[in-house]
Amino acid sequence: MSNALIAEQVLNGLQSGVVLFLMAAGLTLVFGVMGLINLAHGSLFMVGAFAAAATAAATGSFLLGLVAALAAAAAAGALMEVVILRRLYQRDHLDQVLATFALILVFSEGVRWTFGSFPLFLDVPEALSGTLVLPGGIAYSRYRLTLIAIGLLVALGLYLLVAHTRLGVRVRAGEDDREMIAALGVNIDRLYTAVFAIGAALAGLAGALVGAIQSVQVGMGEPVLILAFVVIVIGGIGSIRGAFIGALLVGLTDTLGRLFLPELFALFMDGPAAASAGSALASMSIYLLMVAVLVVRPSGLFGSRT
Amino acid sequence: MTRERALNALLLLGVPLFALWAVVVEQPFMITLATKVAILALAGTGLNLALGHGGLVSLGHAAFFGIGGYAMGILASHAQSYTPLLDGALTIPGTTFMPIIWLVAMLASGLAALAIGALSLRTSGVYFIMITLAFGQMFYYFAISWPAYGGEDGLSIYVRNRFPGMNTLDPIQFFAIAWTWLVVVLLFSASLARSPFGLALNAARQSPLRARTVGIRVYRLQLTVFVLSGMITGLAGALYADLNRFVSPSMLSWQTSGEIMVFVILGGVARWCGPLAGALLFILLEQVLGPISEFWHVFLGIILLLIVLFAPGGVLGLVAGRERVRV
Repeated sequence: MSNALIAEQVLNGLQSGVVLFLMAAGLTLVFGVMGLINLAHGSLFMVGAFAAAATAAATGSFLLGLVAALAAAAAAGALMEVVILRRLYQRDHLDQVLATFALILVFSEGVRWTFGSFPLFLDVPEALSGTLVLPGGIAYSRYRLTLIAIGLLVALGLYLLVAHTRLGVRVRAGEDDREMIAALGVNIDRLYTAVFAIGAALAGLAGALVGAIQSVQVGMGEPVLILAFVVIVIGGIGSIRGAFIGALLVGLTDTLGRLFLPELFALFMDGPAAASAGSALASMSIYLLMVAVLVVRPSGLFGSRT
Repeated sequence: MTRERALNALLLLGVPLFALWAVVVEQPFMITLATKVAILALAGTGLNLALGHGGLVSLGHAAFFGIGGYAMGILASHAQSYTPLLDGALTIPGTTFMPIIWLVAMLASGLAALAIGALSLRTSGVYFIMITLAFGQMFYYFAISWPAYGGEDGLSIYVRNRFPGMNTLDPIQFFAIAWTWLVVVLLFSASLARSPFGLALNAARQSPLRARTVGIRVYRLQLTVFVLSGMITGLAGALYADLNRFVSPSMLSWQTSGEIMVFVILGGVARWCGPLAGALLFILLEQVLGPISEFWHVFLGIILLLIVLFAPGGVLGLVAGRERVRV
């Protein structure tokens, strides 16, 4: 196995980790502030991807597609919060799960109704197509490198937003004591809608960015959503730092597991059996990572409560 | 007689009468629908033990449903191709004998529930939901990437498995098997709810801390009910795969977990016949809305939303109000 291949897979792992972070950050923010578990977060990912693909096809501009994805997902998220989810903050998790499961059905079939069952395609913009030769002679896709950079920038921006702005202060205060900040004159309804829209926009951005690598289709959001849950369990609920570390761990474990496990099995099994056992185990590797974290720290790496 | 009791009686008599009516008018498809209701209600009754009585919101019950299905598929396919399941020092043949298949399905899904439960119950609340969902997905991906039993394409068997003294390919006879199982499990869940075990479980759901203080071992109690719940759902999976003579990874998908949960909540959480009412309503909606629009899931979603927002007790709650049958 060459170093170039390993380096490429590490970059792939980072890239999928960054996408998971964009999803997990919104989920963990919404859970931390509002105490809501939102299964329909994957639908916002899908909405972003479809908005980007449709807009880019109509205007020919990838950048406009990204803007449309952010706007559509944020709008869909805000609408969802104001019309439905707001009524569920005081309910138990079971009601939240069922309501957001119902929202998945509505969104998925609604999008299928509008766009049909065939996948859409979103092209990588001209300027970012092709590969870039990195130091060490490793050629790697420009688009995926850009994706990693965008993800890291968003992570930094989110950190600055939560740690150093007035909105961030309110968000953190809201996590601790909602009555208190409402009593201090913060419009809590508007704050919640804003937090939800930010989380939704991040999911929409993730969907649009991934949409250029894979096909844009109904149901694309839920597998990512479930991986984002794994990320949150590993990182700890409510912690953005946990989401970041967890996302990178999951991304790297998944891609490197797929690379190394079949090789590892080949050391003591014969070819085809090793390949199938290795790939079957690789498909489980991130869940085994989750189990390991659960055994050592049931509330996640950066979680504060169980 | 309370209204819920009357509705329960209506459900428990109505579905078999419907199946018998379908025999008289020679509508085998209707019998199959009734069988589907019985099996899905059985899966829901399994989940209801953990969800309703134990307060454990599991979004991973598709794992047990699918494991039950694969237990059936693997045993039956080996028997039908005359290849041993395990060949080595000990040769284990496959089988098409239903009681053994049921036993294996329950054991396998019970073991999976023991492992998943032991890990997931280290946490609670929203962590528990996410973790069970993730474990469900793990089994789904495992089934897809493991090529021996059909991988993504799933596994079909040629004929339905056998049960002594019955022709299982006759729809009404297979319905009788599924319905008998449902009644047995419903009686079991009623007696469980009334037993000291059920009462302790109830206490643990309402306040784990208080239960622990009076000496109830909450973890062990919850793990036990989770395993029982998984075994029942696994049994339902074996019957469901037998009904379709087909098992595929889609039985393990998160949508299946969501649908099993929908049966429970649609009918009314922790109500004795809630899952039966829910499964019946689900199949009715599918049959009524399906032909009207290809996108009937949109309407299902809207109905579910309305129920969550305005009728949290489910359909039985809507009819029976806040009163509840003392089972």
